[in-house]
Amino acid sequence: MSDIAIRVENLGKLYKIGARQRRHDTLRDRISDALLNPIKKVVKIAKGQRNPIKRETSFSTNDYIWALKDVSFDVKRGEVIGIIGRNGAGKTTLLKILSRITEPTKGRAEILGRVGSLLEVGTGFHPELTGRENIYLNGAILGMKKSDIERKFDEIVAFAEIEKFLDTPVKRYSSGMYVRLAFAVAAHLDPEILLVDEVLAVGDASFQKKCLGKMGDVAKEGRTVLFVSHQMGAIARLCGRAILLEQGIQVKIDSANKVIDHYLNKGTKSIQGFIDLSSCPRPPHITGHIRILGADILTAMPIEFGAALELKIIFRIVKPVEYAEIYINIFKMDGSAVSQVGSGDSCGPVLTSAEVGKVYGVSVQVPECRWLPSVYSLVLSATIGPSCGSADVVEAGTFEIVGNVSDPSSFVTRYDVYRPRVNWKYEMLL
Amino acid sequence: MNPNTVDTPIIQIQPTKGWASLQLRALWEYRELLYFLAWRDIKVRYKQTVLGAAWAIIQPVTTMLIFTIIFGRLARIPSDNIPYPIFSFCALLPWNYFATAFSRSSGSLVNNAHLISKVYFPRLVIPISSLLSGLLDFAIAFLFLIGMMFYYHIVPTISILWLPVFMLMAIATALGVGLWLGALDVLYRDIGYLVPFLSQIWMYATPVVYPSSLIPEKWRLIYGLNPMAGVVEGFRWALIGRGTKPGPMLLVSAFVTIILLVSGAFYFRRMEKTFADII
Repeated sequence: MSDIAIRVENLGKLYKIGARQRRHDTLRDRISDALLNPIKKVVKIAKGQRNPIKRETSFSTNDYIWALKDVSFDVKRGEVIGIIGRNGAGKTTLLKILSRITEPTKGRAEILGRVGSLLEVGTGFHPELTGRENIYLNGAILGMKKSDIERKFDEIVAFAEIEKFLDTPVKRYSSGMYVRLAFAVAAHLDPEILLVDEVLAVGDASFQKKCLGKMGDVAKEGRTVLFVSHQMGAIARLCGRAILLEQGIQVKIDSANKVIDHYLNKGTKSIQGFIDLSSCPRPPHITGHIRILGADILTAMPIEFGAALELKIIFRIVKPVEYAEIYINIFKMDGSAVSQVGSGDSCGPVLTSAEVGKVYGVSVQVPECRWLPSVYSLVLSATIGPSCGSADVVEAGTFEIVGNVSDPSSFVTRYDVYRPRVNWKYEMLL
Repeated sequence: MNPNTVDTPIIQIQPTKGWASLQLRALWEYRELLYFLAWRDIKVRYKQTVLGAAWAIIQPVTTMLIFTIIFGRLARIPSDNIPYPIFSFCALLPWNYFATAFSRSSGSLVNNAHLISKVYFPRLVIPISSLLSGLLDFAIAFLFLIGMMFYYHIVPTISILWLPVFMLMAIATALGVGLWLGALDVLYRDIGYLVPFLSQIWMYATPVVYPSSLIPEKWRLIYGLNPMAGVVEGFRWALIGRGTKPGPMLLVSAFVTIILLVSGAFYFRRMEKTFADII
């Protein structure tokens, strides 16, 4: 009797780059190719794009990318294991292979037990059908038997809180109702082994809490769960072990807390000294009235919990403005926001008579850094009015808070969001 | 820990090479999904329409009227001494079913791309389920045909027992073509443009508006290479009991149908593993 539920050995998946963008491969391309090199290419038409690995030798290897490479691990029966990594690290590819949606290019995997996979909530929902009808349809698509769905029907409806709208087409649902119903069906799937992709990030805060609770129940029932998430808190709470993937490679597999620590502390540039931000990438939606040129970090890293952080942000006024305000934004490494403080908050200073083309500086002093010990990302932004869009946004880098808080082991799971006191002072530099 | 270890299904995941088996057993396990997808198609079909399922009658009846005027009255195409309206309607029933079924299953994979890239199930479920919803339209139009037979005082003969066989042939042919085109459609979206065109040409290559007796005897067998020729002619013969008997042409048609279906199924299975990556 084996206590292994999932066994993965040297699993790899090769994707052709560009094949995903150039989705509409036309027959015409193939035919014009065929005219140039008749027999060989005609065979290719019939075979489609099969076996990229075979052709790898004749093409530049740059055309292909290992979305997943040499991944091996075992999951014990009843274990809840998390998979973390940045976007594009291969997490979803791994789940897709294990749920048999796509085939691996090499290696093998073995799954012992009935599998249910949840890559998305609401797959196959049809907008014209009613809530009731969609429960049956979606249940069937996720692999539930009709009798199972009937048995759990009331439970699903109650969980989704949509009793009144059961016979309304889902196209008339609010988006909140829609995701609640979708998650409710998915949550009542009960296979022995569950593969879940980032699906908890749906609905409002109270529903998210309910979803996390449900996931916790699933984990406690002794089912095997493979769980992909960006929410480190959720991973730490639900999973015993975790796997860290980086560019398709399995970097670390260990207890969840250790893997999360490793992930959060690595691969990010810590702020230190003067940081030139003038040519860093910007998001497309900025107005460009103000350009943040750089920041001078006056505090040594890492920062002791409760100590001060001082920096000076240098920016240029590019287009005429009557108002300029600089913000510091602090994010956790999983992308969730922690603090956003603008210089104008609580009637602090803003720049009201700035000259176009001139360079200004703002001294920022955070007298007490009471963010819980962890690594945070610092993003600087500028606006030209209290309710205007961003004039500029740029990521400065990361900083680490170290030290002992009363219960240092529990910080990953806490929800503290904290508004620091910040002192600002503007001056014209050039 | 787990008392059912013996029954625990073991799923092996590894790259496959070449031709895959059809896995009809897995398909059978997913029969409920097949049913639900067909049910969805039927439910959704006439949503937010005024006339609803009446469209299943209006479409073939209008076509019949046009054919009767143009081909029956104006062009005076012979109809084996059967009144032209019922002559053409008997053929339009299987033809319309076939044309909608094969075009729907040809486009079914691309239309259900969101399912293919997010959920596992035997992919054959999709083209097969898309054959089923058309059967309802067929049944509704069939009721109209029964009314017409009363009107023309046509009493079916024993040959009507062959009808299910011809219907099965129509379904099998539609599936065979649908599997080929559906799998190709994933690779080449050209198929989506080809299908309406193909179905039009194909109709004129099938004895819908004319009897196959118009084709010279020596060409009949070659004509039978179009499996729908055998099906449509057979339908007419089975229902009315008069007209051209299908004969050896039908055997050729049946043979082609089987070839199409089996080759289509294997080609589909062979291409299946790439669907999620390139759709």
